[in-house]
Amino acid sequence: MARLVVMGGGVSGHTAATFAKKWLGDEHEVVVVTPNSLWNWIPSNIWVGVGQMTKEDVVFPLAPVYEKAGIDYRQAKAVSIHPEGKTDSNTPYITIEYTGQGKEGQTEEITYDYLINATGPKLNFDATPGLGNGEGGIGEHTVSVCTADHAVHANLELQRIFEKAKKGEKQKILIGTGHGMCTCQGAAFEYIFNVEHEANKAGIRDMLDIQWVSNESFLGDFGIGGLHIKRGMYAASSKLFAESLFVERGINWTIGAHISKVEDKKAHYELLDGSTGEMEFDFAMLIPPFAGVGLKAYDKAGEDMTDKIFAPNGFLKVDADYTPKPYEEWKASDWPRTYQNPTYKNIFACGIAFAPPHLISKPMSSPNGTPINPTPPRTGMPSGIIGKAVAHSICDLIKEGENAHLHEASMAEMGAACVASAGKGLTDGTAAALTVYPVVPDFEKYPGIGRDLDYTFGEIGLAGHWIKHILHHMFLYKAKLKPGWTLIPE
Amino acid sequence: MGSVDHSIEKNVKAYEPSFEVMVPTPFVKFMRTCILWQIIRFIVINIKMIVVVQKSH
Ligand SMILES: Cc1cc2nc3c(=O)[nH]c(=O)nc-3n(C[C@H](O)[C@H](O)[C@H](O)COP(=O)(O)OP(=O)(O)OC[C@H]3O[C@@H](n4cnc5c(N)ncnc54)[C@H](O)[C@@H]3O)c2cc1C
Repeated sequence: MARLVVMGGGVSGHTAATFAKKWLGDEHEVVVVTPNSLWNWIPSNIWVGVGQMTKEDVVFPLAPVYEKAGIDYRQAKAVSIHPEGKTDSNTPYITIEYTGQGKEGQTEEITYDYLINATGPKLNFDATPGLGNGEGGIGEHTVSVCTADHAVHANLELQRIFEKAKKGEKQKILIGTGHGMCTCQGAAFEYIFNVEHEANKAGIRDMLDIQWVSNESFLGDFGIGGLHIKRGMYAASSKLFAESLFVERGINWTIGAHISKVEDKKAHYELLDGSTGEMEFDFAMLIPPFAGVGLKAYDKAGEDMTDKIFAPNGFLKVDADYTPKPYEEWKASDWPRTYQNPTYKNIFACGIAFAPPHLISKPMSSPNGTPINPTPPRTGMPSGIIGKAVAHSICDLIKEGENAHLHEASMAEMGAACVASAGKGLTDGTAAALTVYPVVPDFEKYPGIGRDLDYTFGEIGLAGHWIKHILHHMFLYKAKLKPGWTLIPE
Repeated sequence: MGSVDHSIEKNVKAYEPSFEVMVPTPFVKFMRTCILWQIIRFIVINIKMIVVVQKSH
């Protein structure tokens, strides 16, 4: 009997664990180590953050689902990886610290034959003074929608702002990224348009000054170097569409911005041209930068070898080409295909936890040397597809032996379907429905724009909103492993 | 107070960034929430997305 341990039960880890268990059956063990008791459909946090959904609408308890699936669930966080075992044993193991199941604070060692790191991002609020509280949590000046609880808090603060606006007090709203190296611009993009939509519905839009701030060098970069969409007889840049939407909704933008400090009702920033400034706000939702969750790795002798298997940003090294090279020399083939760690072949990563070889957007920095560029997003669809591919590889390795063929899922060869909500409502909602193919542009195959125009498209409308709403129910259904769940694609 | 006027005139200002962008005409905006047209788009977008999803697996 082999044991697969999955660290992280989010979008990619849950996908990997549930498929692996289905394919492995009772002959082998699947263990999931994840600190939360609830699974969260993160994209719908946007609607929690504007009061259009409750926390209960976007989460469900994991324990019954894992019990039904026959998965050994540990409500705990993984702390360290010991791929060589210890002095008196060659069996690799991880250490975990319980956060629930009545064993809070207790530590344990779990041995593994195969290990998946799907721990997602550490929300690194403390990278920006004042954005964090100095202890890894969110600070007191801004809100976030990155977790369901954050989104509940964001909505409470937003309603306070709306109340003031209703009393005739002008309010300033600032939404975007809170650091020069943030990713996840899409989430902030969705939030700003949902706030604007709700303000309109509440009849207070005129009382709000809504401002976007982000580290993108052009609006519509989204950390993927933008995209092109066919419109009429033209291939038009996402910059055109993004700017158009901002003007249509009366939202001003500041781009190429690194938020250097946040204070009470004030954000300090540096721009790509080196200039600095301040923005005042009454309400701010600024996405924090992401890092790896801080797992440690130790060799057989107990010596720290974290930097051997993790990149400096804390993400797990996989089969990517990490050779530093200038933007002009980047290739689609630099991106990983199998997500296997090159040093320890029984360790894999999926979702946000794997270390990308380089940015997707062109690197930029201010004359002062401050890097100001979006880091690569790994959205839900790639995270799910990679999780499934990794699970497939491990199941084959277990069943067919170590020469089994590994499954591939390169972000330079896969597309992503994204639906960015621009306001919720069955008849008046809108969303930008986008597909991009491939996610990482391949300038050798598609010179100039890097993507296949036949499979990269986008449009704004009510249909997109219906799709977003259907996806919410579909993915929660799938994650609960209800009948037919395997038929729903990642 | 009241709902903001999203008309082109209100949000575009000469020699400001808003002046350089393409703005949707009232017809385009109407079509975005026109139920009949959006039902058609819903079918089309779903087909396109399914193709991309299939190409990616
Ligand atoms: C507000 C918001 C909106 C978004 N909207 C969209 C969208 O519309 N479409 C889209 O495609 N993507 C969207 N995304 C991105 C999407 O949520 C991510 O791509 C996806 O969640 C990444 O999956 P993951 O498994 O890598 O990480 P996660 O889903 O974050 O899962 C990581 C898991 O690991 C756990 N973990 C953390 N530390 C440890 C540890 N030490 N040990 C064990 N477990 C640990 C976490 O608790 C979590 O359960 C959005 C993201 C945000 C923040």
